Amino acid sequence: MSDSLHIDWTKCDGRGLCTELLPALLARDDWGYPVPRRSRSGNRTDVPVSAGSLEAARDAVQLCPKLALSLVHERNNKRA
Amino acid sequence: MTPPNTSLAEALRPQAPVGTYRLFAAGAHAGLQDHLEAFGPLDIEAIGPDFIRVLEASGLTGRGGASFASWRKMAVTAESRSAGILPARPVVIANGAEGEPLSFKDRTLLANAPHLVIDGLLVANRAVAGSQMYLYAASGSLDEAAPAIAERPAARRIRLVQAPEAFIAGEASAAVNAIATGAARPLDKRRRLAESGLKGRPTLVLNVETLAHIGLIARYGADWFRSAGSPADPGTRLVTVSGPGPAQVQEVAGNAALGVILRDAGIDARSLSAVLVGGYHGRWVRPLDYRISPAGPDGQTVRPGAGVIHALPADQCGLAATARILSYLAGESAQQCGPCMFGLPAMAGVLNRIASGEPNPRLTGELNRLGKLVSGRGACHHPDGTVQLVSSALDIFADDVKAHLTGRCLRQGGRAA
Ligand code: SF4
Ligand code: SF4
Repeated sequence: MSDSLHIDWTKCDGRGLCTELLPALLARDDWGYPVPRRSRSGNRTDVPVSAGSLEAARDAVQLCPKLALSLVHERNNKRA
Repeated sequence: MTPPNTSLAEALRPQAPVGTYRLFAAGAHAGLQDHLEAFGPLDIEAIGPDFIRVLEASGLTGRGGASFASWRKMAVTAESRSAGILPARPVVIANGAEGEPLSFKDRTLLANAPHLVIDGLLVANRAVAGSQMYLYAASGSLDEAAPAIAERPAARRIRLVQAPEAFIAGEASAAVNAIATGAARPLDKRRRLAESGLKGRPTLVLNVETLAHIGLIARYGADWFRSAGSPADPGTRLVTVSGPGPAQVQEVAGNAALGVILRDAGIDARSLSAVLVGGYHGRWVRPLDYRISPAGPDGQTVRPGAGVIHALPADQCGLAATARILSYLAGESAQQCGPCMFGLPAMAGVLNRIASGEPNPRLTGELNRLGKLVSGRGACHHPDGTVQLVSSALDIFADDVKAHLTGRCLRQGGRAA
């Protein structure tokens, strides 16, 4: 029952507001785009969010200027 | 369920194809008459959701690249149909977009056996109780398939959508996006297409070869399908074989030996430096005892991917070949996702410097770092497929890399290109 922060790479413009809000979760790559510090089996698009980071993750979702972030509940977070 | 004249119908029914020559058994450019004479009639109206169990028993996996279990996609689509508050009838897309430059098996199939693909599309649509059907393919393939569709009243509802000649155009969500908006760019995958795809409807995207197999499974059943191939990789698959000599399409058994495929194509495996299996998102292997199968022990099995087998002659430099492919792939990024848009050109730059013989031992470390940086970060598999290709090249051509880093090339007369 954990949550993930989903990054829509097609929307993100890499100016890095989220990496400032969530330094424990996200680093920045060479070009400014967020790099998850942890991942589940190589998936670096749905970033695991611990309970302690949930509030900050909600802020990041609200504040991302490109609406590139969303919180996904693990149960729905499957793909074909 | 069983019609009273089964025995008569069975007696009149042509024999199911025996062996691995299946998809082209109706002959070149088979029209409806050739198709029916070779395979017999197919009662599409009799197909219902229970066909999904038949497909499960057959073990068919997708022939477009990802090798996903076809019945599972179908089952999720059928379930999603009634999952929402307002039931939405599914959409079924036959995907014939073959962006891979080394592949032409889907094009060949649509040109020669369009009725099998149409059968499969009609069957899949019945199995998921779909409402709309599309054939998405390059314009040349649509021209070949259009007369076959026009010949069959049941198929006239199939809409044709042209796919651009771009590497990423065949990615499933790019197909959906192309049909919805005209832009063949992959979509962000927060939800599965089978749950929410074209206009929010459950959407089933199946490769045209996958559908052709479905057209035969609907006639002859799961056991017949399994009479070729291995238990873990049943049936047959089409592969495009290229390298020295003319390129060709072969239908091979599941779990086929790479050496046998090469031999049948007239290629002497001992004359090769390596073989690219799976296409530009595939892997380089040495032509030893590999088998082509979606699953199996590493080092003995290599995944078929898009069904590409490309042989590199011993006098050609694998690093230079990979650098050319990587430059191409970097240019084919759909320019949506930063890590792909910037990372792949950066990787291509470094690999080209290695291939050109720049004596800088730090280059391979940088290439690995960039590969780790971009992997898993993109709306589609393009960065991951590209990284897989590059890491297999660094592994298989390790001796070449060493030589290049001292300014030498082991092929082409000893000078790095
Ligand atoms: S804040 Fe949004 S747009 Fe900016 S880097 Fe983060 S995800 Fe991308
Ligand atoms: S990962 Fe690359 S190819 Fe795939 S959608 Fe993003 S930019 Fe396009």
